[in-house]
Amino acid sequence: MTQTTAGRPTSEPSQRKQRAQIKARTLRTDRWWLAPAITFAALASFLVYGLWAIFDKSYFVEPYIAPFSSPCLATSCPEGARFLGLAPFGDWWTLPPGILILGLPAGFRMTCYYYRKGYYRAFWLSPPACAVAEPHKKYTGETRLPLIIQNIHRYFFYGAILIAAVLTWDAVLALRDAHGNWGHFGLGTAILWINVVLIWSYTLSCHSCRHITAGRLNHFSKHPVRYKMWTFVSKLNSRHMLLAWLSMYSVMLADLYVRLVAKGIINFPFA
Amino acid sequence: MSYKANFRIWRGEGGEGKLEDFVVEVNEGEVVLDVIHRLQATQTPDLAVRWNCKAGKCGSCSMEINGRPKLGCMTRMSTFTEDETITVTPMRAFPVIKDLVTDVSFNYQKAREIPSFTPPDNVQPGEYRMQQIDVERSQEFRKCIECFMCNNVCHVIRDHEENKAAFAGPRFLMRIAELDMHPYDVADRKDSAQEEHGLGYCNIPKCCTEVCPEHIKITDNALIPMKERVVDRKYDPLVWLGNKIFKRSSSTGSKTG
Repeated sequence: MTQTTAGRPTSEPSQRKQRAQIKARTLRTDRWWLAPAITFAALASFLVYGLWAIFDKSYFVEPYIAPFSSPCLATSCPEGARFLGLAPFGDWWTLPPGILILGLPAGFRMTCYYYRKGYYRAFWLSPPACAVAEPHKKYTGETRLPLIIQNIHRYFFYGAILIAAVLTWDAVLALRDAHGNWGHFGLGTAILWINVVLIWSYTLSCHSCRHITAGRLNHFSKHPVRYKMWTFVSKLNSRHMLLAWLSMYSVMLADLYVRLVAKGIINFPFA
Repeated sequence: MSYKANFRIWRGEGGEGKLEDFVVEVNEGEVVLDVIHRLQATQTPDLAVRWNCKAGKCGSCSMEINGRPKLGCMTRMSTFTEDETITVTPMRAFPVIKDLVTDVSFNYQKAREIPSFTPPDNVQPGEYRMQQIDVERSQEFRKCIECFMCNNVCHVIRDHEENKAAFAGPRFLMRIAELDMHPYDVADRKDSAQEEHGLGYCNIPKCCTEVCPEHIKITDNALIPMKERVVDRKYDPLVWLGNKIFKRSSSTGSKTG
């Protein structure tokens, strides 16, 4: 911007310290409240579903396991549902086994740079929308506890890679039928595979992933392979918001589908 | 085709003022700044507005149109309906000098607080050799026209004036990222970004990106990458350990890669 040097303002300096005194919280005339309202409803519905699903016991039916309960790591898991046949948590764990692994995907999404935008706007109104005043008197952002913890996002990214790998394995096992014979491809198999592709796309489009591949470097030309990876991740990253929503709903729908099959509500031949 | 538009413009000095109503002629193809100039010419010769290029390249005519930060010269009248009242106010985050003209010296102060480009001692001017892929990230940030709408819309200072001392705003955090990503800049900028320029205040609402007239992806390409670089330095024990074991960049020395 061109800085004007000719002629200082004629007002007294004390007067010039004042912003325009406009009482209205915003002068926006568009429906600025719509986006945060939709985000609020969408995230809240996901939380409500997740709460129900984690305590629902119908999470396994050969050859499908519901994503919210995978990997199943306790003795209470049905034998076919146990990850690689293992139950490392033994029989002392009596709560729903999904709780054991809930923290990784939940933490990944809670600290995700896109979701932060979404819930800071929709739930904390900080700010509810651009150029709309927030209701809080003080603001310290992510400079101190508890929000400074958001900086551990990359560790949740590592955890999310593990979860995505497990879900991929589950989708591979969904290519077997209820008797363990390969070659099965039911609607559930297709749903689990679509979900896995979206989960990987969202996970790899993460800003921390972008940083780890090559974002932290200053000489891309010295690291051509990492630069190519960064370029690929950057392309995905530009659709991070879209992938966040698609993968959130795909995992929810895949989870619901498996539970409905397990409950016998969906029982057509190619389920 | 002409029509009469309803304008409501904030008028006043030093913060005190009010919205005043005007009815003014609008012609096909005009932008908001044209209409404000017609108001000056026909009804309110003392209406103050800062402008220069009328082409969206000087960043002078930043204002708030129907509550949204915009360049007056780039906001087409055809985006409004003819019966709509168009409210024009000065940028809210900065003190008003008169009418739509604000004192943006906060931004120049913040610019001065950032150490300039710092090349290595052993490289003389003329010896810099950089490949395009090494500098193109920073080149996106050089598109900035310094309209300061990103700093104006950022709620950290817009809604909390007390944070102005601690927070440089998206425009200057982007400047820090630009220098930190520069292949030949050796100054340590990560600690200062967090401790002195308030990067931690940013909670990623992306309003700066939303209002940028140059469509710079400020949040995704500058602020978040800079946050990740700060995490490397301050909050990631594995990176710290890796740096110790492999003797990579020290906390104050040259930069990685």
